[in-house]
Amino acid sequence: MKKELSISAIKEGSVIDHIPSNVTLKVVDILDLKGIRGIISIATNLSSKAMGKKGIIKISGKDLTKEEVDKIALIAPHATVNIISKYDVKQKIKVAIPSTINRIIKCSNPNCITNNEKVATKFYVLGKDPLKVVCHYCERNMEKEDISLL
Amino acid sequence: MNFKDRDIISIHDFSKQELLFILKIAKSMEKKPNLDLLKDKVLATLFFEPSTRTRLSFISAMEQLSGKVIGFSNTGSTSIKKGETLWDTIKMVDAYSDAIAIRHPVEGAARLAAEASSKPVINAGDGANQHPTQTMLDLYTIQKVKGKLDSLHIGMLGDLKYGRTVHSLATALSHFNPTFYFIAPPALQMPQTYLDELKEKKIKFYTAADLLKVSKKLDVLYVTRIQKERFPDPVEYEKYKGVYKLDTSLLPNIKKDLKIMHPLPRVGEIDQSLDATKHAVYFEQAANGIHVRKALLALVLGKI
Repeated sequence: MKKELSISAIKEGSVIDHIPSNVTLKVVDILDLKGIRGIISIATNLSSKAMGKKGIIKISGKDLTKEEVDKIALIAPHATVNIISKYDVKQKIKVAIPSTINRIIKCSNPNCITNNEKVATKFYVLGKDPLKVVCHYCERNMEKEDISLL
Repeated sequence: MNFKDRDIISIHDFSKQELLFILKIAKSMEKKPNLDLLKDKVLATLFFEPSTRTRLSFISAMEQLSGKVIGFSNTGSTSIKKGETLWDTIKMVDAYSDAIAIRHPVEGAARLAAEASSKPVINAGDGANQHPTQTMLDLYTIQKVKGKLDSLHIGMLGDLKYGRTVHSLATALSHFNPTFYFIAPPALQMPQTYLDELKEKKIKFYTAADLLKVSKKLDVLYVTRIQKERFPDPVEYEKYKGVYKLDTSLLPNIKKDLKIMHPLPRVGEIDQSLDATKHAVYFEQAANGIHVRKALLALVLGKI
């Protein structure tokens, strides 16, 4: 039987693969997709040998930024990002939680200076699995359930 | 060790060797006050929140070293009332002073001030987070009254949940192989994150609600006030205020050389009847603040 791709290949752009199904739409939320003129394909609940179910997002005409890849790492630490050029994989990026997380998450402490003045947030990663970070400013420790993206 | 231009923001920023070095300089300050060390230097004391001891001891420390002090202790008379950001306030003060001591009700404010300033910034308390000069004077006091810092049995009593002094002191003492006894009602016990930190460092600790259960083991008892201003709910505060009241009835149940400390102010946790006993070192502790702050000012201003 001919194997069919659930969503078609793209010529130029980014493919985010191996996203746990339950966070596929969250990954869509954190990407800056405004103004993208190419085709954006989103599929989830696809069968995956390794993961059971997975999601995949293909964005034509957009190379993901470092900040976007870091954000993906926070909610889908095992995802892969492929940058596509002329239908070929130009670069394969294994997302990884950085040791310092700049700007992309919000401090859970309402009395932190970052929630009281215009200051870019900064966190140091204490543990990656499970994710645990400490705020550079107020020194509050945050675990996965306390972490929300900006 | 060179501390010139170094910010003093959090006890986490200091190694054991650095802490011991600061204590050594503080001791030399106590022995021999270098009166002209900070001549022509200006310290800005920016107190966005009330303080008696810390502010006065910074001013006194600076003046004893012949330095000058500018600043405010009430934001009502400043441009902050007009909505000026902390960043802008610090940028302005930066031009008028050689060092800044800041107390602010918002956590992380001192770290931000240090980033805004080209001059050394000393954190004199940022909300419920850090108060490193208090921790250093606590260490200095313990070293002075016990003759050592290593392998002591340290009791911490009172509000261990919101009390920043006990959090920072526990972190600092972790360098010195202590055994901790955390004495508090369950709702005000040491937060789990600090207990986890101690477990990771393989530091022994015990928790108790009743002081008498552990009092005979202690070399030092660090008492804290139940802090009304840190409670989100005043009803909760009413439940716990006055839960501990130490007086001379404690004396048969403690070691002969137990030392009782308190960062002050006290509001009834320690009865005045204990003041005259050899156990009470809390006023000496407050006095030690001067030596430690003199040491820090001289160090960050590059005069030692």
